[in-house]
Amino acid sequence: MADFDWPWQYKFPPFFTIQPNLETRKKQIEAWCTLILDYQKYLKSYSLDVKEAQNSPLFYNKSISRRLHEDGIYTILGELQKKGHIEWKDKGRKECLIMWRTPEEWGKLIYNWADSKGLLNTVCTMYEISNGDDSADTDFHGIESWLLLRALKSLQLEGKCEVMAGNEGVKFF
Amino acid sequence: MDRFEWSDGSLMNGEVHIDQQRGVGIYDGHDKTSFDYGMLSVTSHRIIWRDHRNRNSVISLPLLSVIYLEEQPSGFAKSAKIIVHLSAAPSNKSAGPSTYSAHSYIRLSFRESGEHDILRSLDEALQAKKWEQTSAPLSQTGTVIKDPFSARHRPGIVGIERSIQQKNTHTNKQISVAFEDLNKLIQQAKEMVSLTKSIATKIKEKQGDITENETRKFKSYLLSMGIPNPVTRETHGTGDKYYTELARQLSTVLTKPVEESGGMMTLTDVYCRVNRARGMELLSPEDLLHACELMEVLNLPIRLRTFDSGVLVLQSKSQDEEQVIAHTTNYVGENGNCTAEELAQCLGVSVLLAKERLLLTEKVGGVCRDETIEALRFFPNLFLTRPA
Repeated sequence: MADFDWPWQYKFPPFFTIQPNLETRKKQIEAWCTLILDYQKYLKSYSLDVKEAQNSPLFYNKSISRRLHEDGIYTILGELQKKGHIEWKDKGRKECLIMWRTPEEWGKLIYNWADSKGLLNTVCTMYEISNGDDSADTDFHGIESWLLLRALKSLQLEGKCEVMAGNEGVKFF
Repeated sequence: MDRFEWSDGSLMNGEVHIDQQRGVGIYDGHDKTSFDYGMLSVTSHRIIWRDHRNRNSVISLPLLSVIYLEEQPSGFAKSAKIIVHLSAAPSNKSAGPSTYSAHSYIRLSFRESGEHDILRSLDEALQAKKWEQTSAPLSQTGTVIKDPFSARHRPGIVGIERSIQQKNTHTNKQISVAFEDLNKLIQQAKEMVSLTKSIATKIKEKQGDITENETRKFKSYLLSMGIPNPVTRETHGTGDKYYTELARQLSTVLTKPVEESGGMMTLTDVYCRVNRARGMELLSPEDLLHACELMEVLNLPIRLRTFDSGVLVLQSKSQDEEQVIAHTTNYVGENGNCTAEELAQCLGVSVLLAKERLLLTEKVGGVCRDETIEALRFFPNLFLTRPA
């Protein structure tokens, strides 16, 4: 796996202090949002534990000994939530689900893949989509089932597939 | 009984204690009085009676007013007595236990005997007439009062009032003496100021002869000598006119120092500097603030400015806000990053002002901050300037 390509901000100390100037803060938070989603995508991680993340390289740059503190993390996660990229698992906001693509985007991706593989009008299992050989080189290879289900549900709303009872299989149209 | 006076029990000048006897009561003529059991003392000048229980109750009778004595021996259930016949009470005697008496004699009743000794002592004292030999008893018996302030032995409210009055006059005298000294000092200070002024003009004339360094040194001396004609409420009245004049004077005095200290000076610094220069005519913080508020209206070269944090400064007009921001942004850009302390050192301004500059620049997005436990550092605002 190639090393993660950190953005320039990651080496810029003020990046780890939430800026009081509104205009500056907007840019800073934007950069953080992008970084978090990119990093999660790189890890193929679908959830984030706030306590654990504080000491992960994502929020703690050892080389310049700067870390983003809990308050800052919550500020940025709040912003991500507004954009629909995360969802809190619990009320205490200890852990969140991260969707570096929204369910709709995932749905589109999966539909295109199914189309290209000639899977329309056939029934596939969920496992086939997330872990099957056919999807090995796709982004959604290894996708967690809750997200996959949500992506398919969004497709179903568009009338492009139908999820079978029991959530084990799906039929694309 | 009306011949008695209240007393503090102490002896007068030249008075000698002769004899004493306890358990003595006093009768006003035939009538019993409340002074019925106490210590009787005979002195060369007076008969003094102290209450047995209440030590503050002391009365005295000057021997001068005694005409003659009579002995009344003890009888059945009766103590021995001495009858003391008295002359009329002097008109100006001190306050006593009673102001009127129907009798011209008193009786001393000796409950615990001892009347013979006392009678003898009294006789001796009356014959010796020691009270006539010194002048002090005169005031006691009340014929002449020579010095109203030597009323140490004048008891009662009048005496207390007099001693308070005496103390007040003394204090007043001392205070006026002290202020005379202060006036002299002010006078001398004025002379000093005119002297330095004349020296200053001489130096101007001979400017070629002295080095620039010396001139600068002398100028700093002059600064600490003060403002020669400070604007005061006395000279410039009250209200707006006073503040206007004060503002003008402040701007003349401060324009240069403000510019030398980087174009800004906190109001606290201004306050200290101005009051040091004014010497005696100190300014109140409120007056200073009022005067500074007027500076902008009066179009003076310096004006008051309030930072967002509430810090008040006097700012030179040439010190434009945009210029400050541009300058600070440049400085931070050149150095990569800086703290308020570093900027303060570089510009020669106080840390407080340096911080205000940085915060101001941050507000418009010129710099951004990096807050750590060690320090608050400011960096060029790459978030806005660097293309993503």
